[in-house]
Amino acid sequence: MWIIIILVIFSLIIDLPKPVSIKAFGKRIQINFPLKLGLDLQGGSQLILQADTSEIDPQSKDSALESAKNVIERRVNLYGVSEALVQSSKIGEQRRILVDLPGLKDSTAAANMVGKTAELDFRELISSSSAEATPSALDAVAAFKPTGLTGADLKKAEVVFGQGQKSSSGPQVSLEFTPEGAKKFAEITKRNVGKPLGMFLDGQPISWPPPAVQQEILSGNAVITGQFTLEEAKELVIQLNAGALPVPIKILEQRSIGPTLGRESVNKSIIAGLIGLGIVVLYMAVYYGILGLIADVALIIYTILVLAIFKTGLFILPPITLTLAGIAGFILSVGMAVDANILIFERMREEIRWGKSKSLALDLGFKRAWSSIWASNVSSLITASILYGMGQSIVRGFAITLSIGVLISMFTAIIVTRTLLRMIINRN
Amino acid sequence: MRFKIWYFVFSLLIILPGLYYLLTSGLRLGIDFTGGVLLEYKFEKNININELKQTFIQDGVEVGQISSAGSNIYIIRTKPLEQDKINKIKTDLNNNFGKVEERRVENVGPVIGKELSQKALIAIFLASLMIVLYIAYSFRRIPKPASSWRFGIAAVVALIHDVLVVVGAFAILGKFINVEVDTLFITALLTIIGFSVHDTIVVFDRIRENLLKNIGKKFIDVANLSVIQTLGRSLNTTLTVVFVLIALLLFGGETIKWFVVALLAGIISGTYSSIFNATALLVWWEEKLGH
Repeated sequence: MWIIIILVIFSLIIDLPKPVSIKAFGKRIQINFPLKLGLDLQGGSQLILQADTSEIDPQSKDSALESAKNVIERRVNLYGVSEALVQSSKIGEQRRILVDLPGLKDSTAAANMVGKTAELDFRELISSSSAEATPSALDAVAAFKPTGLTGADLKKAEVVFGQGQKSSSGPQVSLEFTPEGAKKFAEITKRNVGKPLGMFLDGQPISWPPPAVQQEILSGNAVITGQFTLEEAKELVIQLNAGALPVPIKILEQRSIGPTLGRESVNKSIIAGLIGLGIVVLYMAVYYGILGLIADVALIIYTILVLAIFKTGLFILPPITLTLAGIAGFILSVGMAVDANILIFERMREEIRWGKSKSLALDLGFKRAWSSIWASNVSSLITASILYGMGQSIVRGFAITLSIGVLISMFTAIIVTRTLLRMIINRN
Repeated sequence: MRFKIWYFVFSLLIILPGLYYLLTSGLRLGIDFTGGVLLEYKFEKNININELKQTFIQDGVEVGQISSAGSNIYIIRTKPLEQDKINKIKTDLNNNFGKVEERRVENVGPVIGKELSQKALIAIFLASLMIVLYIAYSFRRIPKPASSWRFGIAAVVALIHDVLVVVGAFAILGKFINVEVDTLFITALLTIIGFSVHDTIVVFDRIRENLLKNIGKKFIDVANLSVIQTLGRSLNTTLTVVFVLIALLLFGGETIKWFVVALLAGIISGTYSSIFNATALLVWWEEKLGH
C-alpha cells in the first residue's frame, strides 16, 4: 500500500506542468520534466532525404552517407535549430537521411538547409597576412581567399599510414586529385610553399590549424601529415570526401506543421482525453458501485503513472516523444485499461452468485481472471511490437504509448485494485 | 450457437457491400501511399474556393481536391511538387488573398508511398501469423478433443473479418464522400487486430476452463455457456472503449477524425466477431469435422 502511495506522489510531482523546486535535506531540488512533444504537436519540419550513391564504389557508400549526414548536421547547427535530429538509415540498398527540425515552421528554409550538396574548396592566405601568424579559426573566413580548387577537383581522400618515409608514422590523410585538379594544385603549392592551405566545407574551415605546404606538388598526389589520431584522420577524410564525392541528395518526403495547428491538436486531445476519462469513470461507478469506484481510483493512478513515464522514460529510456497518434493511443488505452478490472469484477460477481464469501470471491476473481488478462495483453503487445517494427515515426509513437499503457494497466488493475479491495474487505 | 449459420450470414451482409466497392473502385489512397502534396492554409478573411483554385491553375499546378477544415481553413491536395513551386504558390496566395498562414505542408514522394503499402501488408500478415502461433502455443494444454490450432485459426478468421469490415467501410466512404486512407489508417487496422484478438482470447480462455470443468459435455453447450459468462465483460469493455473513442471523435480535432472512425468500426466488429464468428466457427468445425 505504502509503495503505491509513494509511487503516486512521486509521479504526481513529475506530472506537474510547471517546474517546481523542493526544499529537502537543506538543499533545493529543482524538478522539471517537460513533456516532449513530437513535430506534429509543437510544429516543425521533418524531411526524408534519399542519398543517391549509385555512382560510388560499393565499399565507400556507407562513408559517403555518413559524410552527407555530417554536413547536414553542421548546416542545421549553423542555422541554430535547437534539438534538431539528423539520422542516417539504411534499408536494403536504400541510404537515407532523416532530419527533424523542431520549431522550424518555414518549409522553404528547411528544404534549402538540407537540399544542397556539400561544397569543398581549398583557400590560400590573402597575401597581406603574415605567413607566420596562423590566424585563429574565427578569422579564418576573412584571412583566406578561394584558390579555385574545389571538391570537384579532388578524386578521393583516404586514411593512409606513414610508410617509413621521414619521421612520419601514424595515420595520415592522402589526397588524390583529378588531372585538372593536379594542374591547379601544382600552381597553388608552387606559390604557397611554407604557407598554410585552408580547407573549407560550405564556407566553414575544417582541420584547424590548416596544413602548411612543404613543397611544390606536381603529381596530383598529396599527403597531409600531422599529429592525427586515427579518429581525427577518419573524420577529416569524411569531411573532404563530402565535398569531393558530393552525394546527390533528393527530398523524398517533407512534412511541415505550423505551430498553431500543433497547439490546437494538443488542446483538443487534452479535452477529448479528459471527457473520455470522465465518462469511463462515471460508467464504472454506476455499473459496479463501490467496486467501480475502486477501479476508478486505479484508473486515475494509471493515468498519473503513465504520464510520469512519458515524461521521464523511467529514467532508463529517453523521454517518450508524444505525437498526435501517440496521444490517441494513450486515450484508447484508458478505455482498455479498465478491461482487466471488468474481467475481475465479472468473475467476482459470478463467484459470489455461487455462494462464495466476499473475501474468497475476491481471491478467486483475481486468480481466475489472470489467465485471460495475461493472454489477451500479450497479444496486444505482439501487435504493438509489429507496429513499432514498421518504422514510420507516426506509427511508432502510437505503438510505444499503447505498449506502455498495456503494461501499466496490468499493474494498476491488478496490484492497485487488489490492495484497495483487501483493505476495504478487511475493515468490514 | 444453434443459429451459427445466421451469424455468418449477418457478417457476410455487412462485408459484401464493402467488398464490392473494394474490388470495383478500391480504397481512395491518400498521399502517404500515392505520393503527392497536402497543403493546409488559413486565410484571414472569407475566400472563394474557385478563386483559390484559380491561383493554383495559374501556377500550372493541377489541383486534386480542395476541402474545408474549419473557418477559413482549406486543405489542398495535388501531385508531388518541387519546393520552388510550393514557395511560388505561397507568395501568390499572399498576393491574392492577403496574409496566409501556412499550417501544414506535406510533400511525399511516390517511393515512400510504395514502401508504406508493402510494409502495411507485411505487418498485417506478420501480426496474423504471430497470433496463430501465440494462441496455438498458449492453448496447447487444452483438453482433447479440442485442438489448439483450431483456436488459433478461428481467432485469425475473426480478425480477418474485422479487417474486411473496416477496409470495406472505407472503400464505401472513399467512393461516396472521398475519405482517403493514410498511415494512421494502417495504424488503426493493426490496433483493431490487437483488440479483436484480445476479445477472442477472453472468450476462448473461458471455453478452455469450462472444457476442463465439464468433461463429457457437448462442445456446443460448453461454448454457449462460455459466451454467456463472458458476455457482460465483452459488452462493458467495448462500451468503455467506445465512450472514449466517441469523446475523441467529437472533441479530438480534424486530423484524427477518420482514424477514430476506423477504430470505432473495428472495435464494434471485433466484439461481434469474437463471439459470433470465432466461437461459432469452432462449434461448426467440431460438428462437421469431428475431432
